[in-house]
Amino acid sequence: MGNVTGIGASILRKEDLRFITGRGNYVADIKLPGMTFAVFVRSPHAHAKLLGIDATAALAMEGVVAVLTGADMKADNVGGIPCGWGITGKDGLPMKEPPHPAMAYEKVRHVGDPVALVIAETVDLARLAADSVVVDYESLPAVVGVLEALRPGAPAVFEDIPDNLCCDWEIGDRAATDKAFAGAAHVAKISLVNNRLVGNPMEPRAAIAQYERATDRTTLWSTSQFPHVVKLLMGNFVLGIPQHKLRVVAPDVGGGFGVKQFHYAEEAVVTWAARRLGVPVKWVSERSEGFVSDAQGRDHVSEAELALDETGKFLGLRVRTLANMGGYLSTFGPNIPTNLYGPLLAGVYTTPAIYCEVKVVFTNTVPVDAYRGAGRPEATFLLERLVDVAASDMGMDRVAIRRHNMIQTSAYPYQTPVMMEYDSGDPSGCLDRALALGDWDGFAARRAESAKRGKYRGIGLATYVEACGLAPSRIAGRLGARGGLYESATVRVHATGDVTVLIGTHCHGQGHETTFAQIVSDKLGIPADKIEVVFGDTDKVQFGMGTYGSRSLSVGGSALAKSVDKVILKGRKIAAHLLEAGEPDIVFEDGKFSVAGTDRSLRFDEICLAAYIPHNYPLEVLEPGLEEQSFYDPINFTFPGGAHVAEVEIDPDTGTVDLLSYVAVDDIGTVINPMIVAGQLHGGITQGAGQALCESAVYDDASGQLLSGSFMDYAMPRADIMPNMKILTHSTRCTHNDLGVKGCGEVGTIGSPATVINAVVDALSPLGITHVDMPAAPNRIWRLIQAAGLPKAAE
Amino acid sequence: MQGFTYHRPTSVADAVVLLQSEGASGIAGGMTLLPVMKHRLATPLALVDLSGIAALGGIEVDGETLTIGAMVRHVAVADSPVVAAAIPALAALAAGIGDPAVRNRGTIGGVLANADPSADYPAAVAGLGATIVTDRREIAAEAMFTGLFATVLAPGELIVAVKFPVPLAAAYAKFRSPASRYAIVGVFVARFAAGVRVAVTGARPSVFRVPEMEAALSARFDPAALAGIAIPPDGLNGDIHAEPAFRAHLVGVMAARAVAAAGSGAA
Repeated sequence: MGNVTGIGASILRKEDLRFITGRGNYVADIKLPGMTFAVFVRSPHAHAKLLGIDATAALAMEGVVAVLTGADMKADNVGGIPCGWGITGKDGLPMKEPPHPAMAYEKVRHVGDPVALVIAETVDLARLAADSVVVDYESLPAVVGVLEALRPGAPAVFEDIPDNLCCDWEIGDRAATDKAFAGAAHVAKISLVNNRLVGNPMEPRAAIAQYERATDRTTLWSTSQFPHVVKLLMGNFVLGIPQHKLRVVAPDVGGGFGVKQFHYAEEAVVTWAARRLGVPVKWVSERSEGFVSDAQGRDHVSEAELALDETGKFLGLRVRTLANMGGYLSTFGPNIPTNLYGPLLAGVYTTPAIYCEVKVVFTNTVPVDAYRGAGRPEATFLLERLVDVAASDMGMDRVAIRRHNMIQTSAYPYQTPVMMEYDSGDPSGCLDRALALGDWDGFAARRAESAKRGKYRGIGLATYVEACGLAPSRIAGRLGARGGLYESATVRVHATGDVTVLIGTHCHGQGHETTFAQIVSDKLGIPADKIEVVFGDTDKVQFGMGTYGSRSLSVGGSALAKSVDKVILKGRKIAAHLLEAGEPDIVFEDGKFSVAGTDRSLRFDEICLAAYIPHNYPLEVLEPGLEEQSFYDPINFTFPGGAHVAEVEIDPDTGTVDLLSYVAVDDIGTVINPMIVAGQLHGGITQGAGQALCESAVYDDASGQLLSGSFMDYAMPRADIMPNMKILTHSTRCTHNDLGVKGCGEVGTIGSPATVINAVVDALSPLGITHVDMPAAPNRIWRLIQAAGLPKAAE
Repeated sequence: MQGFTYHRPTSVADAVVLLQSEGASGIAGGMTLLPVMKHRLATPLALVDLSGIAALGGIEVDGETLTIGAMVRHVAVADSPVVAAAIPALAALAAGIGDPAVRNRGTIGGVLANADPSADYPAAVAGLGATIVTDRREIAAEAMFTGLFATVLAPGELIVAVKFPVPLAAAYAKFRSPASRYAIVGVFVARFAAGVRVAVTGARPSVFRVPEMEAALSARFDPAALAGIAIPPDGLNGDIHAEPAFRAHLVGVMAARAVAAAGSGAA
């Protein structure tokens, strides 16, 4: 250490200068010669037969280049959009995997399903022309909710899947769990809904495609979290473009949250159109278009039971979840409510028997896929709500019941009954510090003070564990992943000692240009400003699986660390030659290679120069140059965890929930940049509080229209709903990667919905209320208070 | 957005002439019109920008009447010492419209002409019994709003100013939509020597007064006077954030809060 830009330093983000001075380069900023502009015609129906498309009037309009349809794509033999995970049901059979045409033909399956692409010389002309495309629909009854979709006689989203069931999945030991329940002193029960969310990254999605006849090369610029995967999926499965002839670039991207980690139909349609027409084609989503075409998140309906003995010890957990997939399978869709959900249900507790079944269901809604946390917030919400209900049922203290069941720090590594082996953690340490920081013990006085003002005050806590660092390829493959989940990094050391890092992760707000530079700075002893981190261009970066699942640091960072270690190893060999010493005698410290016990040393940049100007160099045993590459495949998931505490005050007259305080104590392993971690926590907690208090994608049951289809109706969390958060890191090292890192991108979003709702329920518990579904918005709270039938507070 | 012809007249007379042309639309702050045009839900052929007409500006008090020009922006009303002295509740209402960007552009005349069911100013206009002055007549507050986004204004008729009687006390209380932050329910209460007026925005297609509350408060200007007065939910607006019964309940809560604020002298 001793390095001011190394690991643990809160240096300012290198990338922020260009962002805050408006010099970022986003897809929408890119202009190409001869570029044309595309607008999608999208279905206004949730479910309809597509009888025909008449583009005659549109084609006759000024500046219109082409109008292309799903039928044209079919005629060109374009493949469907592939799903990246194939899960297996209880019956041992693969999930139902219906085709997902890039543009619909024959049928549309959700409002926003694309049916035609209008290309014109300007975007305004394309929009005008799109309004003139006549689409003949025969409207069909739609189904939007999972319960309704599973009812006999419900409209079938796909004719050959009459029950709308994609997969009936399970995890855990059913017999052992049943046995645990048979011997239980008490069974706590809960039914809950995990509300559907719209991701809404600040930058809408966009895609530009260009085909160069001279080289037969195709380039797609896309707002993607994983350009290499788009290249593989689109090139290989959709458009049949050889990998060496396809380049995918994801430049600056303004927020992802999962929304941009899928291969979308629009990418393939725009690329196909550019190749077919021989002109560059640009599409930029409008915000209202994003509401009906960006994959959405969550949307579970669950029932759960917890079996306890007379002391409050958890004996068994049984969970039945219905998960909404929407109208098609998105890239990771079926994986989220299954593999990223069921294995997290142990939480930080020693529950010996767990059984979870998940019915994955098609509906006439926008496809559902990963959204920050992806399955793990849903598991945490269900478990931590159920633990509170159990405590209430048994008259136990909420903290005491958790302590009674918590995995002891000495018990790590800990094997849960649902697949996961937690490598490290200190849940009780996190809990102790969160309770102290949130002044849990002093709450009664604050509640009394609120009551004097006619307000209901509540305090809530939740613990959580997250499985991230996605993922060990061997395990993922067993679970149905159709790709590897390793990461790669190249460290290119220049002759001058400056360094370029080429990494397969993708940064869309996380500060990777800084964090990864700090790892290199720390290891090589050079300042972070001599290190450039390059990502997001498949022509520059060897390969990569991209950024999602809090994987960039633990998987990408580990690949990077390995490459830097290889650079140092080669540097030692060069230094041994130049210093005329044995390689074992060379030590590398503070950016210098020295002969141990002597004052003979060479600076890192002197070694770099020798590598590139090999006049005095061991050419017979060593190649010139200094560039190393690593692929890193983790041997296990990483398991961040923690304890969060929130306090709320409810105005019974209006049902308004005021979030008064929020404390997060998180075990995220080694921290590279504390400032960036704090930012991740602030954002993540706010996103989770948004789900808990205000956000919800609401569809009209009868028509399938998205009622919350704009910011006029979809309530994003705003700064003014948040208190000043208290963030504390309480880390144990990850035991299976060299950096000891676990990941922090999703922890805030995983812990906060449960924490906030537990506080809301606590506030209302004097009224006999035991559960509040999300969002805990005013109308819902007011209804609950009315139903509780108690007099409201004084006017 | 589609192309349009842009005019910026400097007199009311010129504006009125320009507004007669086919497909012409006046534009004040544009805080509603521009988003609607971006969504291609409105495609005016010509925009008549009213911001160059000096006669539409100005805030002044004359005896018991506060007059605000149609093109006065919300920020100007919020920051005006004249408004603060005459009707502080009006300044507070303006300070609570939208966000700073909206307040820097939006105008009182634009709000009234647009007649959004959840806009704030209609509550003040009805609650204070204001008079809307146009290029050709004066319209009483009661007669102005005829329904959802509908007023008695004739095509091309231009609001010039709004005249507010100065009350003894007044206050506005609103409950915001968690999404749009528009009023789900906003209640403006004003006490005059002749009695109390209570006007509600957000709850029905257009602003309305509540005679039972006015009678009770005229007898006794105290939140407790409202006890037992229930607003029937029939005919009230409902959406994903507030069902009619919740809105009905909120009318009572916001009215009580407005009375408390007015009674305490706070705006």
